[in-house]
Amino acid sequence: MLTIQYFASIREALSRSEEELLLPVDVTSVQALIDHLGANNAKFAAVFNGDKKVLVAVNQTIVDRKHSLSENDEVAFFPPMTGG
Amino acid sequence: MISIQNEDFSLNDEYSAIRSRAGDAGAIVTFTGLVREIYGDNSAAGAVQSLTLEHYPGMTEKCLQDIQKKAEDRWPLLATRIIHRVGELHSHDQIVLVATASAHRHAAFESAEFIMDYLKSEAPFWKKQKSANETSWIESRASDKTALDRWQKP
Repeated sequence: MLTIQYFASIREALSRSEEELLLPVDVTSVQALIDHLGANNAKFAAVFNGDKKVLVAVNQTIVDRKHSLSENDEVAFFPPMTGG
Repeated sequence: MISIQNEDFSLNDEYSAIRSRAGDAGAIVTFTGLVREIYGDNSAAGAVQSLTLEHYPGMTEKCLQDIQKKAEDRWPLLATRIIHRVGELHSHDQIVLVATASAHRHAAFESAEFIMDYLKSEAPFWKKQKSANETSWIESRASDKTALDRWQKP
């Protein structure tokens, strides 16, 4: 099972903080996952096609959208950080 | 040493602790970040009543450890301490502490600034502000990224 977590403004825009997904065979990269989630959810597509930057972490490390995915990965989507 | 916590911290206690851990340090730098009343160009929203800090448990600890390691690889540090608070905070509350100890002041000053610059752009914390007129997420600033970039140069 792939775990997907959402934080901060992304979590609020999607009204969800976490979900699990059985990775479809054709979803092998972060970009493919974004396309897959967007195809089933208009809110999700709006967030990812909007003008605000969305960062992606896989297994708690920031990656680019070409990064490949495997079953049991922990994926997270969030806006640029504003700590400190 | 790293802590992510809801509770406030005592600068005196943290200073004493790092001082005793640092052995023969010649310099200790402590930086404390505080919650301001006005953030960014959002002054139209009015004074901040509260600031809520969200983070990504697990990744936050990993990032802070990585930042600490980067600083220790770059400067001869005798001890470091990072505390970042999460949850609901108010104006003038303490939000973050970075302390570094070294034999000489340059290493202590520079590493403390390096840790703060990395922490602001790379550790997964997000601030949401609540004022009389609105509630909004604070946007990241380009100047924070610029602050980070200068450490890439020799």
